Amino acid sequence: MNSMTLSYQSQLTARRAVSQNEIKVSELKEAAPIVEIKGLNVRTKDGEILKNINLEIPKNKIVVLLGPSGCGKTTLLKSLNRLTDLHKELKVSGQILIDGQDITKAGQNLANMRQKMGLLSQRPFPLPASIYKNVAYGLKLKGIRSKKLISHSVETNLKRVGLWNEVQDRLKSPANSLSIGQQQRLCLARGLAVKPTIILADEPTSALDPISTKIIENLFKDLKKHYTIILVTHVLRQALRLADHVVFMYYGEIIEQGHPDDILKNPKTKILKKYLIDGN
Amino acid sequence: MNRLKIIEEWIFKIISFIAAYSVVLILLYLLLVVFKKGIGALSWEIILSMPEGGYYFGGDGGILNAIVGSFYLSVGATFLAVIIGLPAALFINVQLIRLKRTQNTIRFFLDALWGIPSIVYGAFGFAVMLLLGLNASLLAGIITVALLITPILVRAFDEVLKTIPVELQEASFSLGSTKTETALKVLLKQGLAGFITALLLAFGRGIGDAASVLFTAGFTDNIPVTFDEPVATLPLSIFFQLSSPIEEVRQRAYAAAVVLTIIILIISVSARILSKRYSKNSIK
Repeated sequence: MNSMTLSYQSQLTARRAVSQNEIKVSELKEAAPIVEIKGLNVRTKDGEILKNINLEIPKNKIVVLLGPSGCGKTTLLKSLNRLTDLHKELKVSGQILIDGQDITKAGQNLANMRQKMGLLSQRPFPLPASIYKNVAYGLKLKGIRSKKLISHSVETNLKRVGLWNEVQDRLKSPANSLSIGQQQRLCLARGLAVKPTIILADEPTSALDPISTKIIENLFKDLKKHYTIILVTHVLRQALRLADHVVFMYYGEIIEQGHPDDILKNPKTKILKKYLIDGN
Repeated sequence: MNRLKIIEEWIFKIISFIAAYSVVLILLYLLLVVFKKGIGALSWEIILSMPEGGYYFGGDGGILNAIVGSFYLSVGATFLAVIIGLPAALFINVQLIRLKRTQNTIRFFLDALWGIPSIVYGAFGFAVMLLLGLNASLLAGIITVALLITPILVRAFDEVLKTIPVELQEASFSLGSTKTETALKVLLKQGLAGFITALLLAFGRGIGDAASVLFTAGFTDNIPVTFDEPVATLPLSIFFQLSSPIEEVRQRAYAAAVVLTIIILIISVSARILSKRYSKNSIK
């Protein structure tokens, strides 16, 4: 066992002495949670990825999942729309309530459930089709056939992400002809078109240049009026800029959570202090 | 850089150069031999006429029966292989996405099938043919060649699908697609260029194989009108006519070899062109 593991375990022991109730979660209780995670565990045969995650995520806030690589942020995010189902090696237990409905139960309409949660991944993955068809794709899956309705939605959502002026004269061009920043905004527009209530964003700016990053961040600030955004990042300054609530994770556990000013400026645990100084 | 490293660099460069260009030279030499022997005999008359007086002894006529027969057989076999192969590849990559061990087991069997020599497929096809009471025919040839190229096609499709990032599937699922919708509307489009290449290469393999059709397709001087008639193919046309004691017939064999080589070259070039054209929407 190396010194880092020993240090981690001793810090965990110290942290466990702090009751969960002592963690400042007042911001969460202001609004009714749209997502409630109760006792969520995700494990593989090699070990646990998420350990007893209990978390409430309020409506119309940006909740940032922060932590070093491999701490389980992405797994937590993908558990929320059950993309973990694609990996048989992942064993999921516990409850995830979205608007009070447990999505982990068998017999769920996964397609409907996933449409409620727009996904933005680290690198943009537009569908192999035109710009127009990318935004129209989800609408057609929803059974919308009216060309007028679809065109209106395409325009509205492209305007919403600030892409309309850049692409309105080339909607039939392949989506991969756009710059990477534009592709990420297209993916956001595509997700918004199916009217989700939650946006899951997994380090959506990690592949982008500073200008595109700023555009996406500004979009998030605007979009939180209508959507709940769960953002995975390990960029501290991004967390400070965007977060209404920060959840710090380490080795599959929630170590601290609260208002970004409290969490990032006055960390309670040694693990978070070390992370804020060293970045790991 | 010290002297030893410079020598090492040069040795590696020379070996790589020889290896790479020897492949090109072998191909060029092969083309040279085939064209040198066959080009003299090749004419529009040979291409557009049927053999006269029998393909083995008749010195007149051409190889139209074998050209058309080869196309009939290869198109039929490729069609059959795609019908089986594409859903199989999609099944492995979409429905079995969570079952890595099952995926790998299926891939192991497909690789084993791929490695079986085509004469074994011919013998197998012949046994099945006898069992079903079929004669050597276009149908029996199509089935045998389809058996030969299906594993090739499935693995080629499979490799194309494996290169598609799982995040693209996740993007599709997160928009509310089912697995079937993701397979048909996203994966097929993303892999289209690769599928076309795989299809054309499988077609090329089918049109060029002699051993698998030796017992099953038969040979004839005519173009088959129904599936239960025997069919001539270019590889067998070369094989049979090259052993003829008549010089004109042997020349026809070389002309058939030139035609077959040109067809294979056209298929290779088409695969590259189509692959480029249909990859414009693919996500890089």
